[in-house]
Amino acid sequence: MQFATMTEFLAMGGYGLYVWLAFGLGLLSVALLWFESWMTKKRLLSQVLIEQQRQIRIKQASVQQASS
Amino acid sequence: MWKWLHPYAKTERSYQLCQTLLPWFSVLGLLSLVVGAIWGLAFAPADYQQSDAFRIIYIHVPSAILSKMLYSSMAIAAFIGLVWQVKTAFMAMIALAPIGAMVTFVSLITGAVWGKPMWGTWWEWDARLTSQLILLFLFFGVMSLYKSFDDQQQAGKAAGVMAIVGVINLPIIHYSVEWWNTLHQGATILKMDKPSMPAEMLWPLLLCILSWALVSGAIFLLRLQNEILRREIKRPWVLSMVNEPMVSGAAVATNNPNKHEQVQ
Repeated sequence: MQFATMTEFLAMGGYGLYVWLAFGLGLLSVALLWFESWMTKKRLLSQVLIEQQRQIRIKQASVQQASS
Repeated sequence: MWKWLHPYAKTERSYQLCQTLLPWFSVLGLLSLVVGAIWGLAFAPADYQQSDAFRIIYIHVPSAILSKMLYSSMAIAAFIGLVWQVKTAFMAMIALAPIGAMVTFVSLITGAVWGKPMWGTWWEWDARLTSQLILLFLFFGVMSLYKSFDDQQQAGKAAGVMAIVGVINLPIIHYSVEWWNTLHQGATILKMDKPSMPAEMLWPLLLCILSWALVSGAIFLLRLQNEILRREIKRPWVLSMVNEPMVSGAAVATNNPNKHEQVQ
């Protein structure tokens, strides 16, 4: 550990603003893109489910039509 | 020799492979990202000239290296798509573009934040900075060119050509610090000589680079799956896949009429 106290760690030898700004923006960008990709996958999978239900309804409708 | 690769051109196999690899890349990526950042921020020794401001290196260099690696990967995917007409390759290309853009943006913004205290300016139109900015525009160009076509095969071809032409920028970025008189320092790790950095600074940096590669890989796997799903949403294998592994209420609800119908 290079820093004795937490305040020293946060101050980063006077460059705290720049170091934390760089890390904050960098990690935030990664997190946002990761989250967006993950949410898109969730949304697409739920769309697949809707599509699946639609096809089942179509099949059922045609079965009913054939029987009536 | 390359026969084993052929099944992966099929989107179904690619999707399954992504699914298998995803947890590994995600967990290892997140873990190494956290460990690398803490190591670099708290445990690496301070620089004799820049003191603690040099710690920005642990986010600036990984993103800068990844920006070039992701561009190369995107161009290779575009080349495979154009030459062998593999449609999964174009999907990989367009999955990589936003990750590359994000990583290039991070390298530019962290560079600016580092430049302010060290060079006295946020931005300078010098060779390294400008060529890296062009790389960001190339990623944006590939993304928007792909979006501007309705037909995805057409879109892949057009954006693919642009991605391949843009490769010329990669050596320009790398050698910009040698060819031109620039503010930016020369290479520290990626050079013929051995890295000009003490080991206790270098190891956390290498871990950070690895972590960025793993995290980019995880995001790439997700985005490739998204591309596959988007294009094949009505294909039977996609529909059956959602049915089987999920045991949530919605999936069960759709299961029952399906089985019922089969009985009929």
